[in-house]
Amino acid sequence: MRRGPLPSARPWLAAALMLGMLAFGAPASWAVEPDEMLDDPALEDRARDISAGLRCVVCQNESIDESNAEMARDMRILVRDRLLAGDSNADVKQYLVDRYGDFVLLKPPFKPSTWLLWFSPVLILAGGGAAAWAFYRRRDAEAPAAPAPLSDEEQTRLRALLTEAEGAAGTDRADPGGRA
Amino acid sequence: MIPEIGHFALVLALGVAVVQAVVPMIGAQRGNLAWMEVARPASVALVLCIGVAFAALTHSYVVSDFSVTNVFMNSHTDKPMLYKISGVWGNHEGSLLLWILILAVFSLAVSVFGGNLPPALRARALAVQAMITTGFLLFILFTSNPFARLDPAPFDGRGLNPLLQDPGLAFHPPMLYLGYVGFSMAFSFAIAALIEGRVDAAWARWVRPWTLIAWVFLTFGIALGSWWAYYELGWGGYWYWDPVENASFIPWLAGTALLHSAIVAEKRDTLKSWTILLAIITFSLSLLGTFLVRSGVITSVHAFATDPTRGVFILLLLAITVVGSFSLYAWRAPQMKGGGVFAPVSREGTLLLNNVLLSTASATVLLGTLYPLFADALQLGKVSVGPPFFNSVFVPLMIPMLILMGVGPMLAWKRGDALGAVRRLWTALVATAAVVLGTWVLAGGSVVNAGAALGMGVGAWLLLATMVEWAERVRLFRVPPRDSLRRATNLPRSAYGMTVAHVGTALLVMGVVGNTAWKSETVQVMRPGETIPIGPRALVFEGAERMPGPNYDAIRGRLRLIDGDGHTIAIMSPEKRQYTSPPMATTEAAIHTTGVHDYYAVIGDPSPGDGAGAFVTRFYYEPFVPLLWYGALLMGLGGLVSLSDRRHRVGVPRRARAAQGASSTAAATTEAPARA
Repeated sequence: MRRGPLPSARPWLAAALMLGMLAFGAPASWAVEPDEMLDDPALEDRARDISAGLRCVVCQNESIDESNAEMARDMRILVRDRLLAGDSNADVKQYLVDRYGDFVLLKPPFKPSTWLLWFSPVLILAGGGAAAWAFYRRRDAEAPAAPAPLSDEEQTRLRALLTEAEGAAGTDRADPGGRA
Repeated sequence: MIPEIGHFALVLALGVAVVQAVVPMIGAQRGNLAWMEVARPASVALVLCIGVAFAALTHSYVVSDFSVTNVFMNSHTDKPMLYKISGVWGNHEGSLLLWILILAVFSLAVSVFGGNLPPALRARALAVQAMITTGFLLFILFTSNPFARLDPAPFDGRGLNPLLQDPGLAFHPPMLYLGYVGFSMAFSFAIAALIEGRVDAAWARWVRPWTLIAWVFLTFGIALGSWWAYYELGWGGYWYWDPVENASFIPWLAGTALLHSAIVAEKRDTLKSWTILLAIITFSLSLLGTFLVRSGVITSVHAFATDPTRGVFILLLLAITVVGSFSLYAWRAPQMKGGGVFAPVSREGTLLLNNVLLSTASATVLLGTLYPLFADALQLGKVSVGPPFFNSVFVPLMIPMLILMGVGPMLAWKRGDALGAVRRLWTALVATAAVVLGTWVLAGGSVVNAGAALGMGVGAWLLLATMVEWAERVRLFRVPPRDSLRRATNLPRSAYGMTVAHVGTALLVMGVVGNTAWKSETVQVMRPGETIPIGPRALVFEGAERMPGPNYDAIRGRLRLIDGDGHTIAIMSPEKRQYTSPPMATTEAAIHTTGVHDYYAVIGDPSPGDGAGAFVTRFYYEPFVPLLWYGALLMGLGGLVSLSDRRHRVGVPRRARAAQGASSTAAATTEAPARA
């Protein structure tokens, strides 16, 4: 249920949304049509690249590159017109932002109203890391004090016991990566 | 008559659910075994009641009873039988009924296979499960009755969205729901343990199989949906970071974290409090996913505001669940005592780090999905959060996790030897470097391809490190092959589960990276006889013809896939279908797969202006996409293999107990008459 202008998609939206899928309208046409495409392949590549990052403003979370809505077609042609006029990629995006607002950008711009969005992954990760660190600290504090080191006499006995055990068990050491 | 029976059965189910929610809970508080045992017959009755309701609705669909509003809205006499049946859950009311049925089935499974659980824990978990069922039954009865009638009955129905008339999608929702709802069991166990105030390694052992089952279903469900999007939508894409996809992916990420923290809780008796919290969070996220999808809030805040009944109801359910369970957690969790101590560099340490990264990823996707709503509500302006955002924050979180996934299993519990692990992984390291270099050179050696080569390297590293870990376990090439074989057969199934699932993840990563980097697409008008290159091959357009279908009309293109010498490799027949009810066009892509790469062809509209028989065609060269499906399949299979481990197999401990537990049975029988 992705493709499609919102109004025509409505009756099916609920059913399709339910199914955990993407919404679809009745595709009257396709996304990028051959007749829209630019003759210069390098310019057309740039157009596709820009289109993938621009939202079709009447659609459900679709880029204009994927959408078959009339609106998306108009926007795609606009992008290509601007490129033909010699705009840089950034100029084209700015041109569309001036017309439709930040809403048109699928990658939200970095500014005060989106700081929360952009910083939060780092903040959450830092919070998780801090919690893990606190966990280890608390554990160390709670852990029983290390037992007193072995005396020389005990060390000798331990070594004797270990050699004895190794001799008995052969070369088969305990599995180093072994799971319990 | 039959729809009324279904409706009646639902009302009856509500009564049973209330009994199952209240009586065993009181029984467990008072130590009354008879009251606790009410949960078992109740869970049987609950499945029967909801099963009858579900069967009644299915019957209405099968016989096309259009006097039932729900059938009228979503079915049509022309529809093939498979889609009449899948139509039952292809709509809001019916899918809710399926959701409740699955809730009840999980409840029944715990009663039947949970013989090894302590009676009080089982009673409490079943009671909590019944509380959730009660909430959803109220929801369906008050806001979404699937059995509402129409008078007079219309002559024919409106039909099901043709995009949903697809075998892949017929089974996608049930799988997804088994996953979503499966996490309710982990939640119920967590709440039961909090009420009981006791969480031990045994608790984690009981919870793990239920979490695993849910995770396996959710994995398959998401993969099935992604596969459907790939072949049905005709865009050659498999993941769009669409809010509805995210709604299932967020709980999957949390569930994956839960799966791993439960291992630590079971093996080392630590991270228990966190595991409980994660169980609560995972199910809350499943509920939130339901809310997002069901309420229409994703479509737009305004759609939600115009018909808020359903949305408000789910929001209320969500609020009660979240506030209730978090309060209980805040009250009880501090009393839990931590068990085993471990160093940061250890198996537990890497699993903890895995949890930090997965939880961050889950929270980030959640925030990205909800941010447009927040921004709108807080008057921060309308923003869009799309794939470019998700890719730029999600990928950096996954890279360290994937690298860590190769090392973690090589570390010992409690205190690991990082240097030793790296030393044992040197073959994997060298091979990974070779893969990165080889990929880079083969891809042309440009700067652009360096990132892709490194990405493939991350996948290769995980694959190789996982294989080395297995080889180390069986001491491959270190001991005689016969000994290795003996070790291989003696490895626990859960170890194989991990190996298989991690190999699956590696394939998935390589599939995503390879496809993103080397996918190509062409769009053009083609006249019959024309040839257009697609990846290393080419497609010849031989024309298109009209083909009538059962409930649609199609234009079927005929394309010949040829190699460099002009030899035919395959004939591809993409279709464009025009359905009659509802009137809607769909595309059926033709996909030829080599097992590693896909050739993907779509036919569009006729273009008479460009000559007779000219059509718009779209070709996609989709390298490595099949790896994605193999990977997802292996991940799910890994879960199933792990589930088959003796220690997890639900039911085995019961048999073992029956053998050794004559004394405890005797104790129970002497106790019972005393109470009676």
